[in-house]
Amino acid sequence: MEIDARSSYCSNETETKVASVTARRRPTQDTKKVNGDYVFRCLTTLFALSILAILALMIYEMTGESMPAIKAFGWKFVSSREWDAVQGNFGALPYLYGSVVSSVLALLLATPLSIGAALFITEVAPGRMGAIVAPLVELLAAIPSVIYGLWGVLVMAPWLQSTVQPFLIEHFGFIPLFQGAPYGVSMLAAIFILMIMVVPIITSITREVLLAVPQSQKEAAIALGATRWETIKIAILPYGKSGILGAAILGLGRAIGETMAVTMVIGNAPNISLSLLSPAYTMPSVIANEFAETTSKLHASALMEIGLILMVVTLVVNALARLLIWSVSRSAKGGAA
Amino acid sequence: MIHSVTFRKMKNRLMNFIMLACTLAVLVPLGLIFFHIVKMGLSSLSLDFFTHIPAPTGEAGGGMANGMFGSAIMIAGASLIGLPIGILGAIYLSEFGGTRVSNVIRFAADVLSGTPSIITGMVAYTLLVVPMKGFSGLAGSVALAMIMIPIVLRTTEEQLKMVPGSLREASLALGVPFWRTSLKVTLRSALSGVLTGILLAVARIAGETAPLLFTALGNQFWSKNVMQPMAALPLQIFSFAIAPYEDWHKLAWAGALVLVTVMFALSLTARYFGRTKQAR
Amino acid sequence: MNNKVQLDQVNIHFGKTHAVRDISMTFPENSVTAIIGPSGCGKSTLLRSMNRMHDLVPSARVTGKILVDNGDIYDRSVDPVAIRRRVGMVFQKPNPFPAMSIYDNVIAGYKLNGRLPREEADEIVESCLKRVALWDEVKDRLKSNAMMLSGGQQQRLCIARTIAVKPEVILMDEPASALDPISTLKIEELIEELKERYTIIIVTHNMQQAARVSDYTAFLYMGDLVECGETKKIFTTPEVKRTEDYITGRFG
Repeated sequence: MEIDARSSYCSNETETKVASVTARRRPTQDTKKVNGDYVFRCLTTLFALSILAILALMIYEMTGESMPAIKAFGWKFVSSREWDAVQGNFGALPYLYGSVVSSVLALLLATPLSIGAALFITEVAPGRMGAIVAPLVELLAAIPSVIYGLWGVLVMAPWLQSTVQPFLIEHFGFIPLFQGAPYGVSMLAAIFILMIMVVPIITSITREVLLAVPQSQKEAAIALGATRWETIKIAILPYGKSGILGAAILGLGRAIGETMAVTMVIGNAPNISLSLLSPAYTMPSVIANEFAETTSKLHASALMEIGLILMVVTLVVNALARLLIWSVSRSAKGGAA
Repeated sequence: MIHSVTFRKMKNRLMNFIMLACTLAVLVPLGLIFFHIVKMGLSSLSLDFFTHIPAPTGEAGGGMANGMFGSAIMIAGASLIGLPIGILGAIYLSEFGGTRVSNVIRFAADVLSGTPSIITGMVAYTLLVVPMKGFSGLAGSVALAMIMIPIVLRTTEEQLKMVPGSLREASLALGVPFWRTSLKVTLRSALSGVLTGILLAVARIAGETAPLLFTALGNQFWSKNVMQPMAALPLQIFSFAIAPYEDWHKLAWAGALVLVTVMFALSLTARYFGRTKQAR
Repeated sequence: MNNKVQLDQVNIHFGKTHAVRDISMTFPENSVTAIIGPSGCGKSTLLRSMNRMHDLVPSARVTGKILVDNGDIYDRSVDPVAIRRRVGMVFQKPNPFPAMSIYDNVIAGYKLNGRLPREEADEIVESCLKRVALWDEVKDRLKSNAMMLSGGQQQRLCIARTIAVKPEVILMDEPASALDPISTLKIEELIEELKERYTIIIVTHNMQQAARVSDYTAFLYMGDLVECGETKKIFTTPEVKRTEDYITGRFG
């Protein structure tokens, strides 16, 4: 006799005489004909597999619907800046440009701020203050993007137009980045709003990474007579380096996919302009604005292809980020053992 | 080169100051957003907001009752679809997991949760809106469910894994079938943590706008039929905020205050559940 | 005397590890059999095979025959759930259900499987708690949480929970190892009483305990059954040198 324990467990066979050898009363169920465990296992497996099915369906639909545009334009799709729904010519370059510039610049501004804040919360601030600020930051990370957008378009953009942009034009106008007229809604507004949105995310993940740095690392530095900053510099930052990088890249993934807030403040004009003061456009924004009212199959397909590019880019970025964060938590565990 | 102690102390103080400045730079814009939502929201909020639908263009007053109603319906629909898949899927991962299939499913959930929410809107559009020849609240629910599932799945799995194996064994040794053990002992023991995850997922989808743009579409009027275009609070905030009318901006602020309040209430309840769990 | 449980060339593997080797022995009805041996010798593994707890470990493989009342519990037609109602188990660490009251814990075997009429439940709770000598200590707070009890009380509650479903055999996996001496003594007295109704198989690494409570003793070493027989004989005139070394404390 040899039984694979697993398969016998969910075998669909009914109960036997062995169970009824004794006549004493036992908990109910002995008479049930269907094996509940088998059904249960099948049911949970089915539901778990449906998640796989959703993803497969998603990829299938996105590629399938993009096909007409991919066939019609090929690689020209990402290099052409022509977007003409009437003529049926579609090139996504302005949207790619807008997405890359807005999210990368937002990240460059947000990362140092976030690292500084996370260090302050975990290493410098007295315990109680860190305990207040940390959950606050996490709560703020949960604010929906449409509300950032609302604030951005009704409060920040007018302020940029009346105060910040004229100042930049007057004093730094000789730099191409700050040339042109003050529009308010602009690439600059998108960069700022994205920065404000990703800061809580990067801060809270960086904080987790810093908390994973073993106490022994810090103590080693302190025992050498290091000041707090020197401890951070020689013991904490090197240890958490790749995790912090991962946090920043996760923020990048979030910024690239961010739709509502950016759509509301970027001005939605397919320009490729060196000036940060002029309106621009991003990949998610053009989908948000045009997808519900496409003029032709090809138009819809072109937007789908933008969606597909967006999906692939965020997938790669997120995978990279997870790999980095994972490597830190793994080495932290390994170090502790 | 060896620096003097004074120099090192100065440098330490300077860096501490910079870190404090960073923290303030992080908190100030967020504080400002909060301040404006409360200030503008409170001054625009009235009873009408909760009882009326938006007034026609040019007329004063009106509210977002239909949007709140639509959001509630679509969140309920999304939960109806998303919770069984998320929770039963999590039971599979924690109770039958450890196989290659379960790692693939975890990976799929991670990919789904990292996908921009506007993409789920596009997928729901091609899957439901196109074949059904019309925008609908149902399509909106499906899009929201796709966002909800990975969150519920991963939080529930984590909670189930924290239930000690000795409890499962105790139940099984009493001759309780595995399925009853999973539901009545394992899931029951993890309940507060699972609830926390569900509340956080609901809070997350309550604020989602992008996936509703091409599914529920929005509706200026009362919409009680899930097969028809449906209003939603975040959608109304969006369209009112970018409209050129002062009145509509006020309604958008009021809507933002309501939305943020609901979300914070959900998060705080979730935290409360999480905390009672730890205290035990 | 009737043999309640019989093992016939039982082998247990975990993946590539061969944890239990070719064990054949019998457990007489209404007696206490102790399984002793150094830690890692496979005694808990063997015990757990007797109510099919290994079914939950995918890598575990049990071969050979385990007969309860001459029926092979690993036969394809046998439902492990039904087996576990006939063969109950008490674990090393007390594991009452934390979300349930004392009362509900006793009738957990019924509650988790469906409903139980109120009067019947009351009756079962009282008689089982009395049998484990816990009734007088908890009768005034049956509705309070089971986690409020002391470790020894929790373990007796777990035994009450096990006997509530009316098993024929009770497996005990070092039931007193996590308890203080006084609680241990109570558990041992309880085992003595329970054997009138049940067949008890107890795993222990405490040789004094085995000598005190058991009628028969089996000595396992590295997955092999070295020797088994009447406790008195094993502890006074063992046949195998290794058994003697172990019980006299020369190794293990």
